[in-house]
Amino acid sequence: MKKFLCLALSLVMALGLFAGCSSSTTDTAADTGSTTTDTADTTTGSDTATTDDTAAADDTAAADDTAAGETVSGVVNTDGSTSMADVMAVLQETFREVQPDVTVNYSGTGSGAGIEAVLAGTVDIGLSSRALKDEEKSEGAVENIVALDGVAIVVNPENGVEDLTVEQIAQIYTGEVANWSELGGEDLPIAVLGREDGSGTRGAFEEIVGVEGACVYTNEYGSTGDVIANVASNPNAIGYASLSAVDDTVKAVKVGGVAPSEATVKDGTYQIQRPFVMVTKEGTELSPAAQAFLDYAMSDEVAEYIAAAGAVAP
Amino acid sequence: MKDVSSTSGAQPRSAAKGGLGKSAEWVMQVVFLICGLIAVGFVLIISIYLIISGLPAIREIGLIDFLFGDTWRANDNQFGILPMILTSIYGTAGAFVIGVPIGFFTAVFLAKVAPPKLAAVIRPMVNLLAGIPSVVYGLVGMIVLLPWIRTTFNLPAGDSLFAAILVLAVMILPSIISVSETALQAVPKEYEEASLALGATSLETYFRVSVPAAKSGIAAAVVLGIGRAIGEAMAIMMVAGNVANMPSLFSSVRFLTTGIAIEMNYAQVGSLQRNALFSIGLVLFLFIMIINVLLNVVLKHNKGED
Repeated sequence: MKKFLCLALSLVMALGLFAGCSSSTTDTAADTGSTTTDTADTTTGSDTATTDDTAAADDTAAADDTAAGETVSGVVNTDGSTSMADVMAVLQETFREVQPDVTVNYSGTGSGAGIEAVLAGTVDIGLSSRALKDEEKSEGAVENIVALDGVAIVVNPENGVEDLTVEQIAQIYTGEVANWSELGGEDLPIAVLGREDGSGTRGAFEEIVGVEGACVYTNEYGSTGDVIANVASNPNAIGYASLSAVDDTVKAVKVGGVAPSEATVKDGTYQIQRPFVMVTKEGTELSPAAQAFLDYAMSDEVAEYIAAAGAVAP
Repeated sequence: MKDVSSTSGAQPRSAAKGGLGKSAEWVMQVVFLICGLIAVGFVLIISIYLIISGLPAIREIGLIDFLFGDTWRANDNQFGILPMILTSIYGTAGAFVIGVPIGFFTAVFLAKVAPPKLAAVIRPMVNLLAGIPSVVYGLVGMIVLLPWIRTTFNLPAGDSLFAAILVLAVMILPSIISVSETALQAVPKEYEEASLALGATSLETYFRVSVPAAKSGIAAAVVLGIGRAIGEAMAIMMVAGNVANMPSLFSSVRFLTTGIAIEMNYAQVGSLQRNALFSIGLVLFLFIMIINVLLNVVLKHNKGED
């Protein structure tokens, strides 16, 4: 009896295997045209940011009259981008050595929520992993860029493709282009590799390239290392990874003719990047502790820590 | 438990030491009791924790949408785990279909057919297979199996349900082999001698007499193997591709276990995504409970026959 039951069950399961074959993926996004313009905005946005920086520095000088060189104490509440978790963790840790009496709180709720919170005055500093929009600036949000986050597009070293446009990358990730021959490579299917939902790198990549929620992945991996390893071993593969994680086993392609590097991310010519912004509100004076933290985050001494967190200091 | 520790062997020694021995015995009893309770306690804590942390997301998403939704996309707040449930079932079934016959025949070979010298070589190898950490299976699968599947079947990438099934099939072999071999060796010699004396060939004897006599033990071995296959995460995370597609043999798939493991790192504390991962844990837990109940039924049945 039991034997028959076992056989019947395994037969049902084996038949069921074929049921999956008919499932189809229908969602491919078409809105890739807007992508490039968005990125262009980001680049110009950083120019204004530099002027803001100097303005902020002036404010700092004023604030320093009260707190220059002194140890301050208090609580700094920050709220916003989850992608900035690594950078914030490093800043929190190293800032504790500079100002042991200041507690910096960070809660990751998303860039939009962070900007909203600082404008509403519920937190000291909002965190955003995108440049501020004009309407946000008109409401009094001030942009302080603490780091830049570059995402490299990597392919197997055997792959002949050297240069892709942002639009082509979007087409690859939405499944519109499925063979390397369409991009000037060999006649091989494209294996689209990426990270799992919730990963900061995936969020950054999809946001910048403009394929949020529209990606058709061949494989997803739980870490950047896995993506690199699989791209390194599969000649069909394309993947993305934090700039700092790219090594010799894979080839980082040029995007729109620009090779990814710290320098090209800094000068804004490499397109797949986004700023990490600490948002403050114009006209609202920061508490001494919050001002000290912001100054610290904007100072040159944190550059190596920011690099350790996988981003590029501006 | 009390009866065992206070009778026979312990008695003369405690008599020799007098009162001290008695109190020492009482202390040890309490220690054993605590050890026993620790195991029970952990099972209870884990069950309760899983239920408490798994239910809110199910309530928010809706049981039907959660269990039978076919799209898992955390960014869009779509949490349907049907693809993962089916993948886990198909993957385990596939490993069963490949692993059980191989394991079963190996066990028969080792227990009955193999010359003792050969068996003495193979048996430690099988045990060694059991001791290999799952991440190593995954690594070998990733380096050897995936490129092979990719080139043989002309796929963009080798990561697939097929690769996961192959890895799982190898992983469940040792438990199937060693448990069924033990069951086969426990078959009383007289059964086989009687069969041989009646003129049956040795192979007839093994498959008509020894195997039926050991069938409960073999069934237990199979259930044990299934339990290992359905609970495995690390090895298949490295070879399955991890996209929550509806399962098909050569596409990238996500198991219940890998679904939790891959997204837990970055899922925000308190978010629906994280809670949904706990809910997957709850579903997986129920699956494994069912397997365990099955195992217990089989083992009880086994005892009844002896």
